[in-house]
Amino acid sequence: MSKEKIQICEEFFDIMPPEYQALVTNATWGKEGRGWKDVGVNKELIEQHSLCAGCPESMAFRYILASLPNPEDTVMVGSTGCTSLVFPHVGVHNIHSLFGNQNAIASGLKRALTLRFPGKVKDVVVLAGDGATVDIGLDYTLQSWFRQEMFTTICFDNELYANTGGQESGLMQKGFVAKMAPVGKKFDKVRLPEIAKESGCVYVVNCTVSKPSLVEKVIRNAVYIAREIGPTYIQLYTPCILEIGKNSMEGLQEMRDSEKPGERFAYKEFISDQAKAFLADLAEKEKAKKASAKEALAQA
Amino acid sequence: MNQSGPYVVRPGPEAFLPPAAASMGNALPDPGQAHINGRIVPEEEAFEEAARMFLGGTVPTIFPGPLVLWAWNEKAKKKAKAIKFLYDTLKECAPQDAKPMLIPMPDYRPKYPKINPEVEINPNHPNLTIWHNKIDVCMFVGVHCHQANLSLKIIRGGTTCYTIAMCAQAGHEDACLSFRDASVEKIMHLAEWVKKLKGAVPFGALKKHVAALESKDRVGGTRN
Repeated sequence: MSKEKIQICEEFFDIMPPEYQALVTNATWGKEGRGWKDVGVNKELIEQHSLCAGCPESMAFRYILASLPNPEDTVMVGSTGCTSLVFPHVGVHNIHSLFGNQNAIASGLKRALTLRFPGKVKDVVVLAGDGATVDIGLDYTLQSWFRQEMFTTICFDNELYANTGGQESGLMQKGFVAKMAPVGKKFDKVRLPEIAKESGCVYVVNCTVSKPSLVEKVIRNAVYIAREIGPTYIQLYTPCILEIGKNSMEGLQEMRDSEKPGERFAYKEFISDQAKAFLADLAEKEKAKKASAKEALAQA
Repeated sequence: MNQSGPYVVRPGPEAFLPPAAASMGNALPDPGQAHINGRIVPEEEAFEEAARMFLGGTVPTIFPGPLVLWAWNEKAKKKAKAIKFLYDTLKECAPQDAKPMLIPMPDYRPKYPKINPEVEINPNHPNLTIWHNKIDVCMFVGVHCHQANLSLKIIRGGTTCYTIAMCAQAGHEDACLSFRDASVEKIMHLAEWVKKLKGAVPFGALKKHVAALESKDRVGGTRN
């Protein structure tokens, strides 16, 4: 399937709002090699968002949407939080779950899609905040990993409950004082990447979204591996600039500072041997495909 | 004429949360029937009434929904052609001062922070488009029933717009006038009625019609 599937009836093309016209003429769906470089050119990759100005989450959202390898056959499952303000603008199928049960919904959805469309690739990607993933929905998150459900879980980690005013979350760093947590966090940041590894995730990454090409690579790997091998988990630092007292233009620097060696978002990756072999095989096939395309071009 | 329920569904503004007409006892028409203001009538009568409403309005508007805007299948494409034909007929037959419009409802996303009411209608706040364009009579076609019900109630709650539903299923109690089992033939038949009544309905007649409905309510006390 590609964007050819969604066409506007001829009679109504001229009256449709411009973003829908662009969706059927310009969208990246079905485009070979789509990626973060399409952001800013293609309207379906969130042209406008309803988050705060300069919010790193909006960057993360755009990079993820641009990186999905199969967006027309992908269903995203969201949860309550800042992300739920963006999902209505997203040109990909999405479901809003109750707060915390996103991985349970995704489990059922993935199984249903596999039964309903045998032989067809259907990706399910969970995208939720740290409150939904680690605090309120931790049970659902872990259980889906224990069961080896074949989908990707992405956590936007802003280290607190942002859109309810700044309450303490499990992923908040120790000692941090937030607007609604004046005493300061008394215990360490929950080490969910390590827990994910121990719970059966075959690919786990902890990083920020300061480097779009890295986000693209990580998301693609996670989706490909979840299709074939097992659950994958990506934890992305998307700081809430309002709640940590930063200005709109300071989000990127905050992420860069937090990913320095030894900092809590220094790039960390775990990949199982099986997943590693799978990625190597995929890279080999891609290389061979490019070589044969080059050869065909030279012959022509 | 049989009164199917005690409740007369007419243009608002009615209340912040108008009751669902079904909860007031109004029933849906059977095949071959339609309803006008909640009263079950033979379909032909509704065609004439809908054409009169369209021709009597100052800004008669058709709101095609996703089921006909997008080329899902051959049936959708044929319906789109018929709707465009109806719109063209309306433009041709409406009184000179009327301003017929065709405004799409491309999908149902709550499009915050804003929509452009000049170019689209959103089922979550249809009143914005109706207010902005001063629409006094509209027809929903190709809108999924649950979204149409939501919209029709919001429109009845907060605007003075007369609503017509060209429903492909069993019809809508919450529209002022509703057809059921919409098909290409029915849309074309409505266009024929518009043509037939060309010149027979004075400009702005809708307003008088609504006023008459209201005075009947006051006498009969059927509204609340």
